[in-house]
Amino acid sequence: MRKYSESIMKVVFLIAACVSIIAVILICVFLFASGVPAIKEIGISDFLLGNSWKPNQELYGIFPMIIGSIYVTAGSIIIGVPIGLLCAVFMARYCPKGLYRILKPAVDLLAGIPSIVYGFFGLMVIVPMVQGSLGGSGKCLLTASILLGIMILPTIISVSESNIRAVPEYYYEGSLALGATKERSVFRAVLPAAKMGILAGVILGIGRAIGETMAVVMVCGNQAIMPEGITSGVRTLTANIVLEMGYASGLHREALIATAVVLFVFILIINLSFTALKRRAD
Amino acid sequence: MDKYTIENLELFYGDFKALKNINLNIKEKEITAFIGPSGCGKSTLLKTLNRMNDLVEGCRIKGKIKLDGEDIYGKIDVNHLRKRVGMVFQKPNPFPMSIFDNIAYGPRTHGIHSKSRLSEIVEKSLKDVAIWDEVKDRLNKSALGLSGGQQQRLCIARALAVEPEVILMDEPTSALDPISTSKIEDLTVELKEKYTIIMVTHNMQQAARISDKTAFFLLGDMVEFNDTEKLFSMPEDKRTEDYITGRFG
Amino acid sequence: MKRRKRGSWEQFWLTYKHRPGSLIMRILVVISAILTAGILFSLILYILVNGVVHLKPELFAWEFNTDNMSMMPAIISTVYITALSLLMAVPIGIFSAIYLVEYAKRGSKLVKIIRTTTETLQGIPSIVYGLFGYILFVITLGWSYSLLAGAVTLAIMILPLIIRTTEEALISVPDAYREGSFGLGAGKLRTVFKIILPCAVPGILAGVILAIGRIVGESAALIFTAGTVAQVPGSLFDSARTLSVHMYALLSEGLYTNEAYATAVVLLVLVILINAVSGFIAKKLATR
Repeated sequence: MRKYSESIMKVVFLIAACVSIIAVILICVFLFASGVPAIKEIGISDFLLGNSWKPNQELYGIFPMIIGSIYVTAGSIIIGVPIGLLCAVFMARYCPKGLYRILKPAVDLLAGIPSIVYGFFGLMVIVPMVQGSLGGSGKCLLTASILLGIMILPTIISVSESNIRAVPEYYYEGSLALGATKERSVFRAVLPAAKMGILAGVILGIGRAIGETMAVVMVCGNQAIMPEGITSGVRTLTANIVLEMGYASGLHREALIATAVVLFVFILIINLSFTALKRRAD
Repeated sequence: MDKYTIENLELFYGDFKALKNINLNIKEKEITAFIGPSGCGKSTLLKTLNRMNDLVEGCRIKGKIKLDGEDIYGKIDVNHLRKRVGMVFQKPNPFPMSIFDNIAYGPRTHGIHSKSRLSEIVEKSLKDVAIWDEVKDRLNKSALGLSGGQQQRLCIARALAVEPEVILMDEPTSALDPISTSKIEDLTVELKEKYTIIMVTHNMQQAARISDKTAFFLLGDMVEFNDTEKLFSMPEDKRTEDYITGRFG
Repeated sequence: MKRRKRGSWEQFWLTYKHRPGSLIMRILVVISAILTAGILFSLILYILVNGVVHLKPELFAWEFNTDNMSMMPAIISTVYITALSLLMAVPIGIFSAIYLVEYAKRGSKLVKIIRTTTETLQGIPSIVYGLFGYILFVITLGWSYSLLAGAVTLAIMILPLIIRTTEEALISVPDAYREGSFGLGAGKLRTVFKIILPCAVPGILAGVILAIGRIVGESAALIFTAGTVAQVPGSLFDSARTLSVHMYALLSEGLYTNEAYATAVVLLVLVILINAVSGFIAKKLATR
């Protein structure tokens, strides 16, 4: 009896473990099966490199959205990475214990706030601020970058902090003993030793930023055009899907699913480089 | 000529008294060895000499430590003090960068950026520790690829590159094999021509072989300080005798 | 007794007077930390200050209509979806972690594949989950916009989180416990369920709470799976909107900013509570 239950449960555990494999296969199959025919129908170069997205004229070029996603992500990295990294240095190397007990949960909370709340905050606070200082509608590349920069902060901070803490103390001491200041020791001896891990954190942040939807859609302006400057409205791949999926049908709907396929491929590439980097960091 | 003058030094970790009323003068261009069983305070004392003990939370000192007559716990620039007083650690700790950058790290820290000047310093420092021929062809390779003994000599070279006056060595050979150890010992003896060297060791033979003066510590007290030869041949204190004849520790 | 005061101004001046680079870096480090904390606190403060005044009793009426714009059905739907997703993801997640830690050979091919797939699942954006759920559950399986479609989609989404936290919790159980149990002649199954799992409960719980946080905050994956109907669902195949989706719906209609503020307050309080509980459990774990 016991023998039976042992082997039955072993199979049950094995099946449970395979659920995530099945899930990934299902996601790939259904996304690609629904998206790829649309790409074929539209034509791969017209789809990926076409400049206009006008579903009512049967024009499905997502190039502006690809560029939009890349710009917004790059902007968020430019804003989020320096602040996040420096904040991580503060938390790992400067923060008094008492303050750490407040700051650490604060960063965790920053990670837990729903994106729709971030979007709302962006809409009510950052949009008017950008509008006030740069004119225009305020819903633009810059606003989206700032908001996403804030949203990736917790990722950058927690990954960087744990990697900085993992650097052996003797690098820091070795540098101090040569007469270097605390800052020089941290930035020139400790950080270089943690750079692979920090880079992995940045890649994780890129993944977050490029996949973010609800917050971006509220502040980026959503014009399906090539952005011309930081105050120009943009539409990201994610925004494109969420804006039109509700009413799309036929080829239009499939083109939106194809947009998700492109996004998915981006994410896969990012994930692969993250895994590769993590291996090297370890 | 006294390099260091230590007067009535006491050191506390929180409420624990780790060093008790230490009085000690350390001569220039000599090798002074600190010996004693583990936990006796010898490493702690070494770290007070370039204020690395500042890093230890809850550590405070009473009394005076003077370097060339100046109180190093007074109004001084700690970074400058550490430039004058270099340190070699128990475990070789080259930075995870190239051999060249390891040596150049100190000079760059202190404002030397000219490529040719840095190359000169790197070559000279590596020659001083007799490792130049072994590494000259791979200066741009990671220092972590060197053997333990080579790494420790690299760390000594790194300390020399900032032109210190004093070199503190905290059990520099305890992680090394006998051959590397004897190379480091020979090197240390050569270096005393130019530098004041203070070395912590738990290897009594090492102290006897290379040091000029030896101080014996026990439970935070400095029991005896004398010429190495005298201390090992005719110890004045019973406890010193017990230690060097191997009755404890 | 003379106490040397650490970091006194005099020492500060001596250190930085000739080293402007270090001083600048130090200032930037402090500014970044202040900025990060400042952003969080201003966000919380902004939402609370503007939102609390709009928390009116009719927002919590049992029935939703366009006059009261009640969030009560959304709160109930959130509870439903959370419970349903956990019901699916937690057992599967725990079982697969048990397989990975207790049964599989370390470094076997299957383990590597599972690890890669969970990492992949973790990186997939929620909008992609949403579209996948839409294609598979809503269209192909014909569930239409429904509680079930939303819950299954979210269950897949949180699965990697449950697996990873459970794995960590299982690994941290000392091997001595396993050996002790085997030594008494207990089988593997008994050891796992009677000895190892009970020890791992706090760690697993922390992961479950994190997962609840993700479900509560999720919107993009639900809009096209559970839909946006603002009523309390009567069955698994009725459409329902969670609190986050409710807030999105309010905002996209553009007329209900006040109600959106109020919803944001409720969401924020929920998230703060969830974080506090998971932080509390984590602390318990650390001191154990």
